[in-house]
Parts: sequence; structure tokens; C-alpha cells
Amino acid sequence: MSPQYPDNSDRVPALVVDNLRKTYSNGVEALKGISLTVQPGDFFALLGPNGAGKSTLIGILSSLVNSSGGDAKVFGVSVNHDRSAAMRLIGLVPQEINFNQFEKPFDICVNEAGFYGIPRKIAAERAEKYLKELRLWDKAQMQARTLSGGMKRRLMIARAMMNEPKLLILDEPTAGVDIEIRRSMWQFVSGINAAGTTVILTTHYLEEAESLCRNIAIIDHGSIIENTTMKRLLATLDVETFVLDVATMPDQLPNLPGVTLRRRDEHTLEAEMARSHDLNSLFATLSTHGILVTSMRNKTNRLEELFVRLVEHGRQEPGRNIQSPTGKEQAA
Amino acid sequence: MSNTAANLVALNTVVRREIVRIMRIWTQTLIPPAITMTLYFVIFGKLIGSRIGNIEGGFTYMQYIVPGLVMMSIITNSYGNISSSFFGAKFSRAVEEMLVSPMPNWVILLGYVSGAVVRGLVVGILVLLIALFFTDLHVLHPLITFASVLLGATIFSLAGFVNAIYAKKFDDIALVPTFVLTPLTYLGGVFYSVNMLGEPWQAISRANPILYMVNAFRFGVLGISDVHVGVAFAVMLAFVAGLSIVALQLLKRGIGLRS
Repeated sequence: MSPQYPDNSDRVPALVVDNLRKTYSNGVEALKGISLTVQPGDFFALLGPNGAGKSTLIGILSSLVNSSGGDAKVFGVSVNHDRSAAMRLIGLVPQEINFNQFEKPFDICVNEAGFYGIPRKIAAERAEKYLKELRLWDKAQMQARTLSGGMKRRLMIARAMMNEPKLLILDEPTAGVDIEIRRSMWQFVSGINAAGTTVILTTHYLEEAESLCRNIAIIDHGSIIENTTMKRLLATLDVETFVLDVATMPDQLPNLPGVTLRRRDEHTLEAEMARSHDLNSLFATLSTHGILVTSMRNKTNRLEELFVRLVEHGRQEPGRNIQSPTGKEQAA
Repeated sequence: MSNTAANLVALNTVVRREIVRIMRIWTQTLIPPAITMTLYFVIFGKLIGSRIGNIEGGFTYMQYIVPGLVMMSIITNSYGNISSSFFGAKFSRAVEEMLVSPMPNWVILLGYVSGAVVRGLVVGILVLLIALFFTDLHVLHPLITFASVLLGATIFSLAGFVNAIYAKKFDDIALVPTFVLTPLTYLGGVFYSVNMLGEPWQAISRANPILYMVNAFRFGVLGISDVHVGVAFAVMLAFVAGLSIVALQLLKRGIGLRS
């Protein structure tokens, strides 16, 4: 379907959320006037603890939730004022399985395209293309309820691609999916993003967000508590903890300025140090004391560590003001 | 592609999906009404009806009840189809596929109503064919017959849609057929002429919308009716308009569908 709006996707932001508010009928204030901007072509992480307001925000963007105030524009098209045109630009992979499980994957995809006004012939070609790319083609004529959990998630991605959206929103698409399938899903989504589709991702697997996303917003209690580039955010992490597997463990741990060494068990040490601290001096000291390191890894994912700090910090100082990258001041 | 063409594709998709659903579960959607109506024809039409003799206009009791039973099966199946299909979509959250699409609300409504009307018509034709095993029937006014079937099915499709929007659990879509639809159908002149009733029951019966559908259809088939056919069509058109407005308003406000 040719869009009914000017093709200005290279000039306008993929998404502008402006002072968006949502108060549910039970009085819960899920969004407290949030604003953010996602640039076209971005791979954007929207993170936050459970109940932070992520799904409400995605619900408003996809018109499943009515906002209480503010607006959102998808490539310049207002969700409030021109819902149909805005929806043509969005593909949604929701958190919960939401297709008719008695239908066949092929029909689910073709029907989805039909809802967007895409003629059946084109829809059938796209269904074949995306089901093949997501390795579901051999299941295309089976009832969807017979698919595994991972296959159902991939089917929802294929379905979201049927209108070939400019903005793909993935709401925890890999929840409960094994690592191999998760990787293949990210490979597919990365390819879509490289081809020009803007991607917004929410996930609880923070290593995914760290490796895939260029920009990030962290939302908590209905407010954005951080909105920056992934690189800049990770640079703020000043301390790292490494886990060292050792062949021999001395009775007395060596002292090394700037490094805190802790014994976890007979064969494992933890070394907490400033990120600026070099690792050579650590290994040299350990070697001098006869400690043979057999392997080493980060104790936690860097983004995970920052995420926990930011959320906890935000809760300790609920009234603090956060500077958004757009320059607007928001109450957190 | 223009918006109109896109909407037509979307409408075709919804209707097609509904028809596929009806055919996929044909043992639940088409066979039970055929069996039920066969029992009605055997027991009320053949066994009891043969002792009643001729009723209004010189028609046998069997001939008299056939239009009513056909209309009864049409409206109950239209209602049942849309309420279970749309509520099922709500329950499984598959309705979100449509709600997040650019499809306007009227396309969703028209698509579901068309699917339900198709089921009503298919069941009506099946019941009519079964009736031919028991009696001779000649349709006197084909256009009036078809129009009354179409309007009757549309009214109860719209009513079923409103029911499905408000329903929160499967029990809720069974309540209306049990406590509203069935009594209204039985008291709507399917098995008797309301002229046989005394006042105030005759006046009360005239407040029953099913009376107008059954009699418009009976007029189309047999040429007899308890109410003026013009009035019957006016009542049916008013119900279609009123229920359409209600259903579209509910969709616009997102009652039971959007938070």
C-alpha cells in the first residue's frame, strides 16, 4: 500500500514522544509526562523494571492504550490525530502471544497483511519470504498452537514484518526463548535494522540491549530516568568486577593498590577495580604470589550493573530532575 | 493504493477469515442447527401439527411454522457466530491484530457482521432445504423474503457484536441467548399468530423485534403476516441503524478493547 503521507522519513525523527501521560481508571499513573526522540535508523533500547511503564508506552504507540495527555508522532504522523496513517508505519511484536492459535502461520501472516490493505498476492509472497527468513516455512501450514514457544515468537516477528514497517517495536520478544533461537532472532532483526528499519526494543536480557542498541532510555515509575547513547551510558560505569578461576589459592590474598580482591571459594576470586586500572599489574601481582589464573569473566553485564544503580538511585531520590538529551528538563 | 481500496482489501480479509472459521468448525456451526430444526419439524410440524389442522390463510401448521423456524435459526446462528468469534478474538488477544492495524472501526464491524450474516444465510438455506422434505413451499415474494432474512441476520449480528464487546468471560456471551434471545424468539410468533393472543399480550408482543422479522419473512414466503410489512421493515431498519451506531461508538471508545 502506498502511504498517504509525505515520504520524509529521512528528515523527521522516527518517533517523537511529547509529554505523554497515562492514568488508568483505577488511578494508577503509568506515564507521568514522558518525552523522548528516536532517530530514523536507530536501534533503540527502552529498558525499565516490571511495571515501569514500558508496555503502556508501547500500547499508546500502537493505539491499544488511550493516552491521558500528550502526543506521539511516528515519522511526523500523530498517533492521536491520524491513527491509521501512523499505524501503517509501525510493526509490533507484543509481549504476549496474540494470534489465533487455531490458524496456520501462513494464514496469520497473509491476514495481517490484509488488515493493512495489502493485496493477497503480495501478502502471500511476503509471508513466504519472512516465514523462510525466520525458519518457519516448513511449519507454515500447521496449526499455530502446535509450534514451540520460540517458533511462536518468531511467527510474531514475521507477522509484524508483513506491512514492511518503518518502525519495528519489539516488546520483550525473546522472553523464554533459548539462546540459539534468540541469536537467530537478533541476527534477523539486526539485518532489518541495517536495511533501514528503525527498531525499538524492550528486553530484560540487558546484554542483548548492550550489544544491539545504539541509544537507550531507562524508564521507571512512569518517568524517564536516563536517555542517552549506549556508549555514553556505559562510559559512566567507573568500577568493574571480574571473576577469576584460579588453579591454586594462597592462604593470604595479596594487596594491590586500587584493586579489592575477595575469595569466593577454593578456586574462585573476585577482583573489583576502577575501569581505568590496567589488568597487567593485577596478573603480575597474582603471578608473583603463585596464583595461576585459568580463566576470567565479568561478574555482571555492564549495562545490568548500571541499570540496577540507576533504578535504585532514582528510587532513593524520587524528586531529582533528570536532563534529557533533547535538552528538556523532566521531573523523575 | 487508495484508502478505499485498502479498506476493501481489509474488509475482504476479515470476511474471508470469518468464513474460513465457519467452515473449519462446520460440525459446530452448521450441523447442530440443522439437527435441531429437523427435530422441530418432526415434533411440532409433523406429529403435533397434523392434529392442529389448517391455520391462517389455509396453510397447514407445518407450512405456517417453517418461515418462523428458518428465521429463528438464522438469527440465533448470526448472533452466536459473531459473539463467539469476536469474544474468542478478544479472549485470545488476536483482536489486537486488527486494533493495531490501520483498519477503520467500520471495516472491523462490517467484516464481522458480514461473516455472521453469511453463517445465518447458510444455516437458513440448510433449514429451508430440510423443510422441503416435510412440506411444499413456494416463495411468494422473493425480494421481501431475502430482504427480511438479510435485515434479521444483520440486526442479531450487531446485537451479538455488542454483547461480545461487553463480555468479560465466555459465560457472558451465553447469558443473552439464554435469557433474552430464546424467550423473545419463542414469543415472537414463530409457532403461533399473535392475533390468537388477547390483550395486553398482543400489545406486549408488538414490542418484540423478532415478531417483525418473523412476520416479514412469513409474508415473503406465504403472503400472510400479523403486522404490516412496511412497519416490519421500518422497525428492522431502525434496529440496524441504532445498533450500528452503538457498536461503532463502543469501538471508537475502545470499550473492553483498549485500556
